Amino acid sequence: MTARHLVTVAVAVALGLAARVHTQAQTPAEISSLHVQGNVWLLVGAGGNVAVQTGDEGVLVVDTGLAQNADRLLAAIKKLSDKPIRWILNTHFHPDHTGGNETLSKSGNKTNGQPAEILSHENVLTRMSAPAAKRPTAAWPTDTYFPEEKDIFFNGEAVMLYHEPNAHTDGDSIVFFRRSDVVVAGDTFVTTSYPFIDQANGGSVQGELNALNRILDIAVPAHEQEGGTYVISGHGRICDEADVLEYRDMVTIVRDRIQDMVKRGLTLDQVKAAKPTLDYDRHYGSDTGFVTTAGFIEAVYKDLKNPQGKPRVR
Amino acid sequence: MKWTCGVVALVLAVAAPAAAQMSLVGEWSPRYHEDQPDRIPGPELGDYTGLPINEGARLAADSWDASRLTLREHQCKVHNGPYILNGPIQFRLWEEKDLRTQQLLAYHMYLNTYEQERTIWMDGRPHPPEWAPHTWQGFSTGKWEGDILTVYTTHIKQEWIRRNGVPNSEKSTMVEHFIRHGGIMTHLEIWDDPVYLSEPLIRSEDFVLNERSGGNWLWPCEYVDEIVDRPHSAVPNYLPGQSPFEGDFAYRYGVPVEAAKGGAETTYPEYQAKLRTLPKPTKPVTK
Repeated sequence: MTARHLVTVAVAVALGLAARVHTQAQTPAEISSLHVQGNVWLLVGAGGNVAVQTGDEGVLVVDTGLAQNADRLLAAIKKLSDKPIRWILNTHFHPDHTGGNETLSKSGNKTNGQPAEILSHENVLTRMSAPAAKRPTAAWPTDTYFPEEKDIFFNGEAVMLYHEPNAHTDGDSIVFFRRSDVVVAGDTFVTTSYPFIDQANGGSVQGELNALNRILDIAVPAHEQEGGTYVISGHGRICDEADVLEYRDMVTIVRDRIQDMVKRGLTLDQVKAAKPTLDYDRHYGSDTGFVTTAGFIEAVYKDLKNPQGKPRVR
Repeated sequence: MKWTCGVVALVLAVAAPAAAQMSLVGEWSPRYHEDQPDRIPGPELGDYTGLPINEGARLAADSWDASRLTLREHQCKVHNGPYILNGPIQFRLWEEKDLRTQQLLAYHMYLNTYEQERTIWMDGRPHPPEWAPHTWQGFSTGKWEGDILTVYTTHIKQEWIRRNGVPNSEKSTMVEHFIRHGGIMTHLEIWDDPVYLSEPLIRSEDFVLNERSGGNWLWPCEYVDEIVDRPHSAVPNYLPGQSPFEGDFAYRYGVPVEAAKGGAETTYPEYQAKLRTLPKPTKPVTK
C-alpha cells in the first residue's frame, strides 16, 4: 500500500467516523428560532446551531444542520423571511453543520439565478470533496477563501469571516455580523461539552485556544460585562463575552495542567488517572457520546506530547 | 340596605387579592450580624467552611489565582444574583402594575452594588428556552404563598459561591423566599448547582427598611492592561497541589484541614462531634 493509499484510508476512516457520529445527533421534533439581535436569528434543532441573517437583499444562513433536517430547517427559515436564500456560509465541514447545504442552496438563488452561493474556507471544500466523504457535489462550497480573512457586505452590514487554523478542524471560520454585533463561532465554541478537537481533520488544542481568544478579541461587552456582542455557539446556548471567557479559561487551565504532566513525563494513562478535568467534568464531561472526557484529555495530551506543526500561542 | 351590603362585599372580595399582598416596596439595607467575615471583609483563601461543595469545586477553588481578576475580561464582571444578596449591598424594590387593572406584573430591584437591575416577573410568563442567554441576575418569576414571596431563578451566569474562587456554574438555579416582618425583611435563598454543590446551599440574610435613600456603588468600569509583560492569552492558575496558600487558613485558625475543605457533611450540627476528633492542622510547607 502506498503512502497515498494510507492517507486516503486514514481520511476515509476519519470522515466516516465524523459522519456516523454526527448523524446520530438527536433531532428534536421542532426547529425553534430565537432572535439574537439586529438582523440575526438562532435556529435550534437542525443538528449544529444555525444562524440566519435576514434583510431586504435576502437571507444569509450560517451552517445548515443535518441533511435529514434540511426540509424542516428550510421551513423554519421561511417563517423568518419570504426573501430568497442568497448566501450560505459554512463554519466547518462536519455533516451536522453542512448537511442541509444542497437543499438550502437549491431552494435559494444568487441574483444571476444560480443556486445560492456556499462560502467557506478552502479546507472545507477539500474535506467535503474527498471521495471518502461521499458528499454530493451540490453540497460542496461554491466559493472559498484561503487568506486569514474574508468579508462580504449583505443586508446593510459587513459580514466578516476569520479563518482559525487548526482549531476544531483545519477549516474553521468564525463569522462576525458587524452591525448586528453577533459572532457565530461554529464548533470552536460550544456550551454542551468539552471542545471536540478533531485531530484527524487538522484540529489542535492551541488552535482551539487561539480561536477562543479571537472571539474574546472581537466581542465587546456592554455595561457590567454583560450583553453587547452576542456569540452563537456551535452547540448549546447564546452567549456573551463573559461566557466565552469562562470556557477559554477552562480550556487553558486544563491545557496548563496536562502540559505540566507531560513535562514531568507522565503517560497518557497516568494523566487520565490524575483527573486534570475534575473541576469541569460535571459540566462538560461525559463517558459516552461523541465528545468524551477521555477523548478530550487524549487530544490535548497528544498535541502537547508532539507539538511539531501545531499552531503557536497567539 | 341588604343590596348595598352585597355590593360592598363584592367590591371588597374583588379587591382582596391585591390588598392582601404584603408590600415589599422600599429601600432595604442589610444587617451583617450573620456571617459578617464572609460578607464584608471577605473570606480567606482556602476557607470553604460551611459550603456543601464537591471535590470539583474544591479543585477549582484551590486552582484559583486572584490575579485572574486582572485579566481584561474579568475586570468589569459583577456579582451574580445568588451571591450578591448575601454580599455588601442595599437595594430598592418597586412594583410594576398594569395601569387599568392594577394587576401586579413585576417587581423590579435596583441593587446598588455595581448598578445592577433585576426583574421578578409576576405575570405568569414562562422561563426562556435553555438556549437563551444567561445574565448575572438570571431570569426570575415569583408568586405569593401567603405572606411569603417565593421566587424561582434560572439562566444565571457563572461566577462564584464564595469570593475566594469557589465557583458556581451556569447550571445554577435559585429559590428565594422574601418574608417581611414589619420593618425587617428576611431573605432566604436555596442555591442549587448540579456542577459544584452536592446539596443545595441554604443561607439567609436580614434587611431593614430604610426611611432614607440608600447609597450607591456606581460602576463606570473600563478595563485597563494591568500587567504589561503577561501574554495576552495567559490565565493565572495554580497547578493542583501547588497553591502557595494551601493549608494557610486551616493552620492560622486551628481548623482541622478536613473541615476547612467544606462539603455537605460539614454543614450539619452532627459534624461538631466529629470535628472534635479530627487532628489539629500542621504548619503548611512553604512553596
